[in-house]
Amino acid sequence: MAQKNGVKAPISRKSLVDTTINGEPVEFLCEPRQSLLECLRDVLELTGSKEGCLTGDCGACTVLMDGRAVCSCLVLGVEAQGKNIVTVEGLAETTRLHALQQKFLEHASLQCGICTPGFLMSAKALLDRNPDPTEREVRYALAGNLCRCTGYDKIVRAVLDAAKTLRETRDASAAAGS
Amino acid sequence: MHAISFESPNTLKEALKVLAAHGDKARPLCGGTDLIIQLRAGVRRPDHIVDIKKIKELREIKFDRKKGLRLGAAVRCIDIFENATMRKQYPGLTEAAHLIGSLQIQNRASVGGNLCNGSPAADTTPALIALGARARVAGPNGEREIVVEDFVLSPGRTVLKPGELLVQLLVPAPAAHSSDAYLRFIPRNEMDIAVVGVGASVTLDRDEVVRAARIALGAVAATPLLAEKAAASLIGKKLDDAALETAGRLASEKSSPIDDMRGTAEYRRHVTSVLTQRALALAASRASGKQG
Repeated sequence: MAQKNGVKAPISRKSLVDTTINGEPVEFLCEPRQSLLECLRDVLELTGSKEGCLTGDCGACTVLMDGRAVCSCLVLGVEAQGKNIVTVEGLAETTRLHALQQKFLEHASLQCGICTPGFLMSAKALLDRNPDPTEREVRYALAGNLCRCTGYDKIVRAVLDAAKTLRETRDASAAAGS
Repeated sequence: MHAISFESPNTLKEALKVLAAHGDKARPLCGGTDLIIQLRAGVRRPDHIVDIKKIKELREIKFDRKKGLRLGAAVRCIDIFENATMRKQYPGLTEAAHLIGSLQIQNRASVGGNLCNGSPAADTTPALIALGARARVAGPNGEREIVVEDFVLSPGRTVLKPGELLVQLLVPAPAAHSSDAYLRFIPRNEMDIAVVGVGASVTLDRDEVVRAARIALGAVAATPLLAEKAAASLIGKKLDDAALETAGRLASEKSSPIDDMRGTAEYRRHVTSVLTQRALALAASRASGKQG
């Protein structure tokens, strides 16, 4: 990947990036200046992550990188080398929606839907670390995601409800296992 | 389109070699929350990006009760907030790191990057200045240390010479009965650039008289500022209303703000005084063990 020292005019050359996306090992080629968002959407055809502002303000491109929510427009594709990336495409299991997705539907937490993948990923990052968040914690965790349709409240309700469902599922399976 | 090379050295030595080879054509990459936007906008046009996040020394938070803190330049804001020692020993710096942007930004951005980006409105820089932090810089001619208040030269420009890299931020150990605070004023609750930011640190004696103080101002001049006269006015005094007002006025006199969409110069001067008083009071209440 590294270019040899002493080369004056850098030649555009693509790097091979070896990464994990949604649990699967993936290799892709990209130029160093391409963002992870561009690589996901245009190289890997994972178009669930959305392009909004390209300045890290709107959160529509949020993905998880090693378990942390990041704006994929502010990550270079080459930085995904050796990382574990989760996108909205990795949420549902085969035909079963993730509890967050199901609750977003039930609470009507989306209208145009452009912001939804980003909200889902920020919410997942929160619930993975904090299974029982307060409303304040939910609102804080989602502060980096903008929605111009819903007024946020329905999104917050859905996340709190999904957290409850996930806790109940976890408790039930723990009880069944003991 | 302008092509870029990307390298991610594993050691400081390797990074310095690469940076030296490319000189001012290279730009270190940490969280990318400023650099990637600048690349896209054409504000910075490096030929070589050097990712410094694999360098162990730059990722470590090392605290010693006597020697103080060695904060790696690439330590993420979120790592600072999640570190119990940081929250206890340097609450002001920690709150500054936790104020920057959203969690998505804090999960990538570093205090070192915030400093090297050279913005007058950087939130963590006044917090560092208030603590008396020094920047440990390595380069082709060896190492040097610069006090943080001298690090930024003008918006977007720093003392770093081609080939040089910020390695660590060195922060003195907190004295007994001392603490710090950082307060920022923005027109909404979160997620905005400072209209004014003020960092303060205070050391009290047993009678709650100020033994030492530092006050630093952000977003009210071309660079973050150390307000020396304002801090000096407090020495030997209790932090009563009169002392706070004097310090606030002197801090305001030190500022040289501009009018922009976030506020007028006159407004910023007023807010500088108010925030200075509040930051001092908060740091003092922490120092006397009443809070935080």
